[in-house]
This record gives sequence, C-alpha cells and structure tokens, in this order.
Amino acid sequence: MSRDERAGGPATAATPGATGAPVPAFEAISLTRSYRLDGGVLVDALRGVSLRIGQGEFAAIVGPSGSGKSTLMHLLGCLDRPTSGTLRVNGVDVATLDDAGLADLRNRTIGFVFQSFHLLARTSALDNVALPLVYRGVSRAERRERARAALEAVGLGHRLTHRPSQMSGGEQQRVAIARALVGDPRVLLADEPTGNLDTRNGEEVMGLLERLNAGGVAVVLVTHDAEVAARARRQIRVRDGRIERDT
Amino acid sequence: MRTAEALRMAVEALRVNRLRSMLTMLGVIIGVLSVVILVAIGTGAKNAVEKEIAGLGSNIILVVPGQVGLGAAPTQSRLDLADVAYVRRVVGDPSKVTVAVNSGEPVRVGRVEVFATLTGTDENMPHVFDRPLRRGRYLTETDVDTRRRVVILGSEVAAKLFGDVDPIGRQVTIAGVRFRVIGVYETVGSTFGVARDQEVHLPVTTAQRLIGLPRINGIAVGASGPDEIEPLRRRVVAALDARYPGETFSAVTQTQLLGTIGTVLGMLTGVLAAIAGISLLVGGVGVSNIMLVSVRERTKEIGLRKALGARGRDILGQFLIEAVLLTTIGGVIGILTGVGGALLIQAVSPVPASITWWSIVLAFGVSAAVGVFFGVAPARRAARLDPVVALRTD
Repeated sequence: MSRDERAGGPATAATPGATGAPVPAFEAISLTRSYRLDGGVLVDALRGVSLRIGQGEFAAIVGPSGSGKSTLMHLLGCLDRPTSGTLRVNGVDVATLDDAGLADLRNRTIGFVFQSFHLLARTSALDNVALPLVYRGVSRAERRERARAALEAVGLGHRLTHRPSQMSGGEQQRVAIARALVGDPRVLLADEPTGNLDTRNGEEVMGLLERLNAGGVAVVLVTHDAEVAARARRQIRVRDGRIERDT
Repeated sequence: MRTAEALRMAVEALRVNRLRSMLTMLGVIIGVLSVVILVAIGTGAKNAVEKEIAGLGSNIILVVPGQVGLGAAPTQSRLDLADVAYVRRVVGDPSKVTVAVNSGEPVRVGRVEVFATLTGTDENMPHVFDRPLRRGRYLTETDVDTRRRVVILGSEVAAKLFGDVDPIGRQVTIAGVRFRVIGVYETVGSTFGVARDQEVHLPVTTAQRLIGLPRINGIAVGASGPDEIEPLRRRVVAALDARYPGETFSAVTQTQLLGTIGTVLGMLTGVLAAIAGISLLVGGVGVSNIMLVSVRERTKEIGLRKALGARGRDILGQFLIEAVLLTTIGGVIGILTGVGGALLIQAVSPVPASITWWSIVLAFGVSAAVGVFFGVAPARRAARLDPVVALRTD
C-alpha cells in the first residue's frame, strides 16, 4: 500500500544515529499563527515561536489560558498550519505536505491525548483503540491484536469490550492513551490530560505517561497545572504568543 | 481506509440511529414503491390494450367514412352495399372484404331479454376477423342473399338467454321479428370497451331491413401479410376518394391503432413515473437533510478521526457511503414492496399490472444516484471540517 511506503520516510529519518545526528521530534522556527475572528479582527495567537524538542524528551508547555499554548499544540500536532515560519516534525517540513500527507504524518508520528478523552461512545474500548490503524489500512485481525496489546500495556486488558460509558474517567483516559500508543508514534501530545480527572486518577495517568516516556516516546504536555508541569523534565512557558521561558 | 471498513462503519452509524434511519429511508421507500407500482400499472394497461387489438385478428384495415381522430365530427355514412362490391373489386380477393352495420337492440327469448349489439355482416367475416365459433356455423352467402332471419350469438348473450341449454336451432325475438340461432361464438373478451361477447351477428341485408336504412357503417379488409397493409390501405382509400370526390374516407390499421395507443399509454406511464420520481426526489432531500444533521452532531467525532489520521476523502467516503446505504436499502425495500403491491393490485383488482425489469433496475439505480447526489453536500461539509474547530466543539 502506498501509504505505508511513503510513511516509511520520516520514520527512518527519525532513527537516531541512522544519519549521524538524531532528527528532533519537533523543530519550530519563528512560527506565527493569526486568526481572523468573525468580526474581522485579526488575532495573533502566536507571534514567532522557535523551539526544538528532541526524541524521547518529556516537556511541558505551560501558560495561562489565552497564552497561545493550545495553538502551539495544534501546530505541533499538525492539526493546523502556521501562518508563517517553518515547522519540521520528525524532520519533515509540514509546508511540503498536502492535507492527506499531514493526516498521514499525524497518523504515524503523533499520538494525541485530550482533556475530554474524545472516545467514540457506543464503541468498545478495543475498537476505539484500533481506530488509528483503520486509517493506516491495517487488517482487522492485526488491528484487534495490536489494540489488545496496547490496552494491556495501560493495564486495561480486562476492559476490552467495555464502552466508554461503562468506565471511570481514569480508565477512559487510559483507553485514550492506548489509542495514542497503538500506532507506535514518536511523540505523545497530551492536552491537559489530567484536567478532567481526580487526583488519584490524574496521578495514575501521569505515572503512565512517565513510564511511556521512559520507554522512548517523547511526551509533550500542555497544561496550566503547575504540579503536573513540574513532573516534566523541561518546561516551556508561553505567554502572549511567545515563549517566555524555557527550562 | 478500506471500503469494507467504511461500509462497516456506515452500517454501525445507521444502526445507532435506528428510528431516524428508518424514517429517512421511508421517503426513498415510498418514492421507489410508487415508481415500481405506477410503471407496472401503466405497462399493464398498455399490454392489455395491445392484446385486445391483436385479438381482433391480424392485418385488418377498417374503412369508415369521414375523419377518424379525437375531436373529429361523426360523419353520416353514405356507404352502401354497392360500395362494398366496389371495394371488393379494388382489393381483388372478395373473400377478404367484409362489412358491418351496427345497431343496439334488445334480444328476447320468452321472458328473458338481453340488450345486445347487433352487427350485420356477411359470410366473409371469419376470413377477415379472428372469431372462432363454439358451436354451429358462420353466415353463408345464401343467408345474406336471401335475407335469412338467422343469428350467431356472442357467448355472453347465449349464456344469458339460454343458460346451459344448447341454443342452436332455437328462436330469439329482435324488434318483434323472430330469428333462428345458427351459431354461438367463443368467448373473446372486449376491444376498446366494445364487449364482443355481447354481440349478435346477422346477415347484413337482414340488418338493413331491420334498421330501415340501406347504409353500412364500415368495411373491413384483411391484408395477406403485414407488408401488404399499407399499400392496400392506400389503394382502398384512393379508390373511395375517386368514387366520391370531395369526401373523406379513413382507413385505420391495427398498426396505427397500436402505435397511437402505445404512444398515449407510454406517455401516461412516463408521466406517472415522473410524478413518482418527484416523491423519490423529496426522499432524497430528506436524506440530505438528515445527513447534514448527522454531520453537525458528529462534528467532534469527525475532528477526532481527522486527528487520528483520517484524510478528507476518508471522511467524505464514510458519509457518502452512509447516504448511499440509506437510499439503496430504502430502494431495495421499495422495490420489494412495490413488486408485492403490483402483484396484489393485479390479484384483487381489474387493473392490470405488469412488472418490468427495467423499472426495477431504474428504481435501484436512481435510489443509489439519489444517495450520491444528496449525500455529496453533507459529506463534503464533513470532509472539510477543520479538526481544531471540530475537536473544540462541545
């Protein structure tokens, strides 16, 4: 299948040591993003962000609401395109990709975890987790096998046929993490992953993310919770569309 | 994404909103159902009329005075038996020319009275028309020449007057005159509303005396083959025009009748199908409407799918397949109920219905096309959704 072949490019380029210096997971150069609101008012959500996040890093993007951190995450997640500037994801300049290419990059390189889980209701945990593989053209049998393995990896091997409504918030978020993992991405992008969870479940999810990071997957958290951000090794503080501090 | 996968997702989505899917389908079902039934009735009517005309006999030319056609004024006949003899000479084969004098009279046997169509004709009638006898004999030349008071009864007249008794040799009274029954026709059904089983045939000369006028209503000529019809028709009309300059005579052939009636009924079928097609169109609008609602409701799902790697065309395909599935399932149900309905109508009512394969293929094709046509707009809207905005929607 042609998608498989084309997608082989970035994955190979990303392998550290294959071409000498490792390719960073994200490389942003002077990214800007402006929106025109319905009234015609131009809003500059990002005003020139340059950033490098390496393979296997654990970084938190923090900032107050309206700071542009969500916009930044959407750009990093290839859900959106920058107004100007260059963004390379796993070495691929997103400006060179059409929409289908961008979809493919998301599918293979990035795993998303959302604050409100975004699981399909009326669909079993197994089928929810297998969803990214549907768009990769993986056979049904293989999808189910990999989804089961991903669910076992997040400790939900006993919940395969449960629907989201039959699970706790913590369990739902773990299903979402399994879904983000099932396609073997280079990066997990987590947008307020603990925002809808109580402390215990939040702690569990953070522990899971840390474990996954230890396994080699880069994790980029977006949060305004200082405590959550403190768990990351690197903190990128965004304010008024610019990076204020990067430690 | 594979088609099988898209199909599975579409089935799942339709199942989740079962009632809504059913109601949306209903519009398509009713549209397809009415197309199938109305085309079946139109075709059935056409077949029935064509069978009637063919049942007259083959290669017949009917010559009548005046114009034949809708809106043409009826013409007082000026033709008489001398003209029949003249047409016989023109045609060459006298046995292929016969005559008709028509009148309606009550026919009585004892106390039983039946109103019948009296047709005065001659010994050549069976050579031109297809009119088998059940019992007895046809008219002879002698019957005509000597104005014999003999009749041949249509099967219905015979049954009403005599019941199970054999009428041959028995007497009937028409306008006070006694006639002897010499034959009974087989049942042949009706042509253009003329119930031919209610006819009573008698010698043309006898009929003229009974009516009191020496006129005849029409001359029928039998051609020897289909290719002979048109030249013969022209010859006969030209001969009559020459004999009576300034007057019009019409000669109608079965082919003309079939052609005219076929065209009219074909148009009727077309109009019926078009009306039914409109309801199918309305069903399609319903599909479009529901798909738009569905896209709006599932904005978040679409955003998520896109985030997970669905391309625009994956989403387009998913919603298009859903719409087409809705209309084709509706189409199949509509075809099945339509065929069932047509068979039921045929079984319980006198309306003839004939199911044609093309109407079924057309109905299915159109319902699938309706799905594509009315599904494209909502599916494109879904495919174009911005994942960022879609994910943010609550």
